[in-house]
This record gives sequence, C-alpha cells and structure tokens, in this order.
Amino acid sequence: MVTQIVRDADRTGTGRTGINLTGARSVSGDVLEVTGLGVEYVTDGDPVRACAEVTFTLRRGEILGVAGESGSGKSTLITALTRLQRPPAVTTAGSIVFHPRDGGPAVDLVAASPKELRALRWTSLSIVLQSAMDALNPVMRLGAQFADALRTHDRSLSRDAAWARAAELLATVGISGDRVRSYPHELSGGMRQRASIALALACRPELVVMDEPTTAVDVVMQRQILAQVLRLRRELGFAVVFVTHDLSLLLELADRIAIMYAGRVVELGTADEIYDDPRHPYTRGLRDSFPPLRAPLRRLTGIPGTPPDLRRPPSGCPFHPRCALRFEGCDTHLPELVDAGGHAVACRLYDAADGGMADVGLPARTADGTEGRAERRIEDGIERRAEHRTEGGAR
Amino acid sequence: MTTTEAAAAIRDGGAAGGAMAAGAAAGGGPGRGVPGAVRAVRRWGFLLRRLGFYAAAAAAAIVLNFLLPRLMPGDPSSAIVEELQRVSGQQVPPETLESIRGIFGDPDQNLGQQFVQYLGQLARFDLGVSVVNFPVPVSELVLEALPWTLLLVGTTTVLAFVLGTGLGVIAGWKAGSRLDSILTPLTAFLSSVPYFWVALLALWVFGFVLGWFPLSGGYDANLAEGFNLPFLASVLHYGALPAATIVFSAFGGWLLGMRNMTVTTVREDYVLLAQAKGLSRGRVILRYAARNAMLPSFTGFAMALGGVIGGALLTETVFSYPGIGYLLFESLNKRDYPMMQGVFLIVTLATLLANLLADSLYVVLDPRIREAG
Amino acid sequence: MSAVRRDLLRGWKVRAGLSVLAFFVLLALFGPWLTASVPGLDPRANDLTAIGLPPSAEHWLGTTQFGQDVLAQTIEGTRGSLFVGFLSAVIGTALAILVGLPAGYFGGRTDSWLNFLSNLFIVMPVLPLILIVAGYMQGTGLWVIALIIGFFGWSGGARTIRAQAMSVSNRDFVLAMRTLGEPHHRLLFHEVLPHLTGWIAAMFLQGVIGGVMAEAGLAFLGISDSGAISWGTMIQAAQQQSAVLRGMWWWFVPPGLCIALVATAATLVNFGVDELSNPKLRTVRRSVVRRTRDRAGSAGSAGSADRAGSTDRADGVVGQSPVGSDA
Repeated sequence: MVTQIVRDADRTGTGRTGINLTGARSVSGDVLEVTGLGVEYVTDGDPVRACAEVTFTLRRGEILGVAGESGSGKSTLITALTRLQRPPAVTTAGSIVFHPRDGGPAVDLVAASPKELRALRWTSLSIVLQSAMDALNPVMRLGAQFADALRTHDRSLSRDAAWARAAELLATVGISGDRVRSYPHELSGGMRQRASIALALACRPELVVMDEPTTAVDVVMQRQILAQVLRLRRELGFAVVFVTHDLSLLLELADRIAIMYAGRVVELGTADEIYDDPRHPYTRGLRDSFPPLRAPLRRLTGIPGTPPDLRRPPSGCPFHPRCALRFEGCDTHLPELVDAGGHAVACRLYDAADGGMADVGLPARTADGTEGRAERRIEDGIERRAEHRTEGGAR
Repeated sequence: MTTTEAAAAIRDGGAAGGAMAAGAAAGGGPGRGVPGAVRAVRRWGFLLRRLGFYAAAAAAAIVLNFLLPRLMPGDPSSAIVEELQRVSGQQVPPETLESIRGIFGDPDQNLGQQFVQYLGQLARFDLGVSVVNFPVPVSELVLEALPWTLLLVGTTTVLAFVLGTGLGVIAGWKAGSRLDSILTPLTAFLSSVPYFWVALLALWVFGFVLGWFPLSGGYDANLAEGFNLPFLASVLHYGALPAATIVFSAFGGWLLGMRNMTVTTVREDYVLLAQAKGLSRGRVILRYAARNAMLPSFTGFAMALGGVIGGALLTETVFSYPGIGYLLFESLNKRDYPMMQGVFLIVTLATLLANLLADSLYVVLDPRIREAG
Repeated sequence: MSAVRRDLLRGWKVRAGLSVLAFFVLLALFGPWLTASVPGLDPRANDLTAIGLPPSAEHWLGTTQFGQDVLAQTIEGTRGSLFVGFLSAVIGTALAILVGLPAGYFGGRTDSWLNFLSNLFIVMPVLPLILIVAGYMQGTGLWVIALIIGFFGWSGGARTIRAQAMSVSNRDFVLAMRTLGEPHHRLLFHEVLPHLTGWIAAMFLQGVIGGVMAEAGLAFLGISDSGAISWGTMIQAAQQQSAVLRGMWWWFVPPGLCIALVATAATLVNFGVDELSNPKLRTVRRSVVRRTRDRAGSAGSAGSADRAGSTDRADGVVGQSPVGSDA
C-alpha cells in the first residue's frame, strides 16, 4: 500500500522535474562569507560555546547542507546566521559578510544595525523553520502573514495587491490561491510547510536558511517539498543553507555539505566527497549509520557513545572520546579545519604536522554543475529513502 | 498510515508536483482543510455549547438560591415574617406573606409546589420585601444599586485588564531587564494585598489626611440626581477613589499572567519568524506576541472575575458606595435575608453573563475554537 | 526528586518566599506564648489607661480603641488567620483531588460530569456564595468558616489536578498497568497521585493564601467568631470603630501588611515552581549577558564582539533556552 503510493507520487514528480532540468540558471560569486563565527550561551556560571570558529562560504544559488546530531550547534548556527538569536545566545566572535545581488556594498550581518538588518530581512535573507505549524501565527489568516512581510518591504503595495501576490505565491507551491483566507490550522501539515516555503520566497531573497523543513511531514510529502525547493531554486536562483540531522537527505539534495560536531565544522566537502570519501571518523560514522544508496548493502554501524556535554567539552578534539581511530595527542590537541582542494577536514589523521598519517591521495575534484545532479539523486534515492525512513529514520 | 491519510497524502502530493494546477488541492479539501461553512458551524457550535453551559449554571444558581434557605434549620419564612411585623409594628399584608413564603419556603406545600411557585415569582422579578427597608421590594433596591456597581466594577475591570495586560506584555517582552525585575515582584506584592485593605489605606491617605476625595457615598447628596453636569461631576469625584482602588488591586493579577504568557510566547517560532520577516518591533509585539499571549487571559477570565467581583463588593463596603456590594453588606449585618437572597441571585447571574461575554470574545479572537470545557 | 528540590531552593524567589512563610508559621505556633510570657501582653486585655495610642516604646504598634495592644493582637491574629487558611486548604485540596483525579483518570462520562461540576463552581462568584451560606449560619466559629471556605474553594484546583491526572493517565506505564488489570484505586493512589505531588503542593499553598484572604474578607463583612482574633477581625474592628477617621493607621495597617506579606511569599514560591516546571520562564539577567559580551570583547577573539553587543541588544528578548536545543 505505502510503496504503491510512493511510486505514484514519484512518477508525477519525475515527469515534472525532468522537463525543467535544462532550465538551470548559472550564477557566480559568493553570497555569504562566514568567518570564525563563535556563539556562546550565557549562564550564571561559565558561558557555553555552542558554535566555535565556524567558517565557510556560500556560492550564489548553491545548496549548502549542514548536518549534525542534536546539540551539535546547528540550530544555534541558524539563528546566528540570520541574526535572530536571543540572549542567552550571544555572538562572541567572527563575521558574516553578505554580498548583495545588485553589487551593492557587502554587509557584515554581525555588525549591522537593527535598522540595516530589518531592511535586509526577507528581501535578501529569509528562513524556513522546522515546524510550519509553529512558525505560522495561529490567529492570523495566511494572506495577512504574507501581506505584512510584503508591505513592510514595499510600502507602495496596497493591501489588495499584497493579498493577490500572496495567492500567486501559494500557487507556486501548488496551493490554491483562495487558501489565503485560511488559518494555519485549517491546512494539512504538508500544505503548511509548503506555504511557509512560499512565504520565505515572498520578497525574492538571495539566501534562504532552512531548518529541517521536512522533519514534520511524511516521506511522500517530504520528497515533494524537496523537489519543489530544487525547482524554485532553479527558477529564482536563491542560495540555501539547509540544516538537518539527516545526512542521507543532504546527500541527495545538497551541493556541498558541512558536518558539525560539538559546535564546530569538522568536515566540509561536496556531497559526493562526503559520501564516497568521508575523511573525519565522525562523518564516516554518520554515513555508515544509514543504508547506502547505490552500493551493495553493508553492515550498518552507529557511532558509539553520546554527544559531548557542551558545558564540559572534552579537551583536545571534542570527538576523541568516541573516536575509534584516536591516537596519542587527540585528547590534548584541537585540530583545525584544513582545506585540501575544497574538501576540508578537522582531524589530526590528515594533519602531517601533527604526526597524522597524511596518506590519502585526494581525488582531484572540480566543482561541477551541481543542480541537475542533486535532482537526479533525489529521483534515485527516493524509494530507498522512503523505506529506510519509515523504519524510523535517524530519529 | 490509514487509508484516508494515504489518500490525502496522494492528493496533497499530486498537487505539489503539479505546481501549476493550483486548484487541485483546494478542490479536494484534504486533511484538515475545512471549508468556511463547516468552520462557521463549528464556531457557532462552540458558542452554543457555552450558552448551554451557562444556562445550566444559571439554573443551578437558581436551584441553589431556592434550596439554601430550605436547608437551614428552623423555619426562615416564619422568622422573617415575625421580624417584619416587629420592625414595621403592623400586620404583614397577605401578598407580602405570600411572596416571602415563595422564596423561603411554605410549610404547607411540598418542595415541588414550592419550586413552581418560586420560579413563577422569579419570572415576575418578585424577590420579596426587604426587612430593613420595609415595605420596599428587594427588586427595587437591587435595581437601584445595580447601575452603580455596573459602572464601578465594569469600568474598573476593563481598565485593570487593559492596564495589566499592557504592562504585562512589556514586562514579558523585556523579561530579565531592570524594568521586569522591579515591576514583577512589585506587582506580585500589590496583587497580594486585600482589596478592602487597600481601600482603607486609600481612604485614610487621600480622603482623611489629604482630603482630596470624599470619605463615603457615591455622589453628593445635596445635588439633584439626574443627567446634569454638577451631579455627574460629583459621581466622578466620589467614584474616583473606589475605582482607583479596584484597578490598583486587580491589575497585578492580569500583569503577572500576561507577563508569563508573553515570556513563553516570544519564544514561539511564529514570533521568531515575524522578526525574520523584518517587521517593525511594534508589529511583532502586538500582532504576533501579545495577540497570542492574551488568549489564555480570556480562558482564565472566569476564575479571575470571581476574585475581582468579590473584591469590588468589599471595596464598595469601605466607601459606603451605593452599589450591590454595600447592599449585601448591610443585609448581612442586619440579617435581612430576602435582600441577601436577591443580591446573591443578581450577582451570580451578572457574573455568568460577564463570563459568557468573555467566552464570546474569545471565539472572535481565536480561530482555533477548541472546547476546553 | 532531590535534584528538583535542590534546583527549587536555589532560586531567590523560592527561598525568600519560604522564609517568610516559615516565619509566620512559627509566629502562629509560638508567638502567642511568647507575647504572653516575655512582655506579658494579653491581646484581649483592655487597658483603659491606653486607649487608641500611637506606637510607642511600651506598645510597639500602639493600641486599639479598646485599649488592646496591636502587636499582641497581630500575633494572636496570625494564629487565627493561618488556622483558617490551613484548614480550608486541607478541605479544598482534598475536594479538588477527589473531583479532579477521577475526572482526569477515567475520562469519558465521569469526566463530563465532574468537569461540569467544577466548571460550575469556577463561574460562580465564590465570595457572595460563601457570604450567604455563612450568613445563614448564625454564630459561626473559625472552624465553620474554614469549612465553608474550603467547601467552596476547590474548583480551580480540581481543574489543575484534572489536567495533570489526564496527562499522567495517558502515559505508557499507566496504560500498560491498566491493560494488565491493575485495580483502579491502586493505580489512582499509588501511580497517578504521586506524580501530582508538586502540583498539589502548589495548590495547597494557594489554598492557604486563599483561605487567609477569604477569612479576612468575611470577617471584614462581619461574619466571624466574635471572640476570635484574626487579621480579618482586626481590620473589621478598626473599620467599625472608624479608625480611618480617627487617623489610627497603626490599627489596620499591620494586619493588612501581614496578609500581603504572606500572600506575596506564596506568589514568589509559586513563581519559582512555575519556572522550574516551565523552563521557558527562566530568564537570564541582562547584566550577565552584557558581562559575557564584554569579556569576549576584551579578549578580542575576533575583534567583532563589541559590534555583536550592539546588535544583540536590539533583539530585545531575553529568555533562557536549554543549551544545544537543536530540535
């Protein structure tokens, strides 16, 4: 029964995305440069470092996946990137430089004034939260929640025009325009989630941060939503930071993937690199904790131990207590993220200076046209993913 | 996954894939999508259920009012009639006797007959005759006092609600700030002070020591009652201190409730998203945080209202304000049972009505009408 | 449980509240004995040479119009008020459990009826109800008053207990034991009830305060034992003797202040309990936030901390979230 549904849904989806494959739009340059970002949680005692030395760049139109366990700092990263964090979370270090599409001056979001930030919000930088049920105001009609964003950033827009625009936006994610009159609780879970994606795109942002937007919906809906995100990305050209605990999902969706552990990026590479050649023992553990997509089935292994308590982080490499490959010095030396041809890893195994093995002939890789590939992976992976996620997935 | 859920998923999924086929999803009305007509029915259904509950509550209040004197030892109606004769020094007229027996029990009739007679009397708004103010009917005294109480308690309840809720939003929004850390414990203290004690203090300071306000009454007795400016001005002057007392004592409760709800609400994702949308801070606070945080205030209205009404009645007593509370106080002190019964019935029915109003307002404010019981 | 208790006692609100409450309980228990033995004051004795005197070295809180020592009366009144408070809270809490627990546990029709009953009492104006009942009972003593207050003051608590019992009853372990055929009374009193201890304690505390306040209100309206002394009877006597018009503030200020102190203490304790059960209410003092920023700034870790400070402040909301709340 369930398999049948998945197949049916898959077939319709395949046809549609297949048609649009050629319409990929190429854009160049970086949209976001994050350097040395540190976030701490203030307590009455010692502050807790939820994010430390996070550095990456995001290219225009790219999907960057961020994966990690609960408590790895990925949600903290989201609110820090969007400058939505509230005390006790405090950005204590680093910069987040945003480059506007129109070639305007770059803005450091960390240093921007509230007024500057407000102007950037939604027009340049928007967000999709994990649960659309919680993210939509339960006592406001859908249209009003679109309209207040639209009219805040375009004062000349009339109320009626804003509502009409809201109906158009809903239509782009396959929701009938007359749903603007609905309240959030009157929509199904999938519709709500699609509506909040449409809402995020209301002001044509250059960057959309997505916080596990498909966790709360079933597998079929999840797939539809991901396909829509890819289609809309192609049409509108926005970049995405996609945060999730589900690495298997990112392998299908993302162009590049950052793996976070204990508030640090421990590995950063293209989706293929992360899948075919994971360097960090933690990444390997993550990859091996779900079934492979195309390779023959192998034994699934989890990662022993529990994530570290950030109030009392382990000395040295935060992963060393759980690491099967740890060697002398891992408990005292904190490895830095070292870039080797675009594939970066923070592990002493690859640090020659630290006496690591430094073997690994890195496969030479060039950043290829990424989008079509991601979609193919989605098509390929959907069935297998559907199966393994119905069995409980990663949570 | 049940069959219906699966079907809904297909329909949803199909629409999602076929982005341009915008009408598909709406036509199916899948899952929790509810057409407007059904919504309206549900909404009215909720109100009707509440209406039914309050009708039952009113019936219970009437039954209670009927039973109370009959449950008491002895024969209250004979005692009252005797008292009436003693006070007035004359024979009680037969219709008065009838009326008293209707309310307090007729030894010659069984309970069923008595109840029928009691209901008939209520329908004619015959609440008996006041012992103290013989031969004035209780209904007349109650109707005379009621506008004063409605004016005083009504306006002060609304004022206290607005003030408390408003300040509560500010304290909650700025939780942890100096304002919050001063305002919140201070209101915890203020809301713990008994109304009538605040009233006594206010009377002493502003009435006695400073002499700004009159010490008792609801208006200047030397003026002609009516809609003329001097009289209305005296009503305001006399009412100011009691009103201020009630607002002062009542707003703290609303503030604390609203403060805690706001602290919880500002951490909701929809408030975060509102900020992410770049809305102005005022809009985020009013339309997202406060708008949702105030909803529990309406569901908790019933419990709070009981306290406010009780407190207001005591406040009237302190100021000898010519309202229902003072009437109740006098009837208690002088053992004027018919008046006690009448006042109690009116206060109960008025409270039920106020609760019904709050419930109706809640239906307007919260589209997710859920039957909370 | 002990960890919870430790957390609870750590907050200043709970500690301050409990200290004040403990003080008054001790005062109620030993105060009257103390006043009688040390300064040799009798709250009921009329000293005709000291009528309506303001506070002095001899009478710290002055004397009443009847020549009674206000301090001795206030201490004696503590006993009367707290007695009514405790007794009415015991009765009210017992009734609330009796109605709320089965309603939440059994659900269905039992719940409908019991819930209707408690809603009925919630929407009724309780004070007038108590007044009229007490009015019929002539010559009421403190016992009867406490009984009446408890009997009419359980409804809010029943609602809380019902909601909590409902959530506990729907937990897996209770459902499993029900399936296994464990008798209801065992489940109710040995499995469900122990989970509600915290709520019941908070409810009881509220009940005590409610009882003290209600007693004061009743006494103020003249419904009390003429021989008994409570904070309420003191204020009533003061009102009746026109203490306001005579400017005898020392007569009615101390008892009212005591009521306010006890009630504030209870509110503070409940605040602490709320914050414990709802971590979202816990807040971080802004000064601590600022300190962290400043520390980060002076360390100069990336030279942007001071700028971070200026923007974070604009966010406006301080609220504690559990660290690493990745959900």
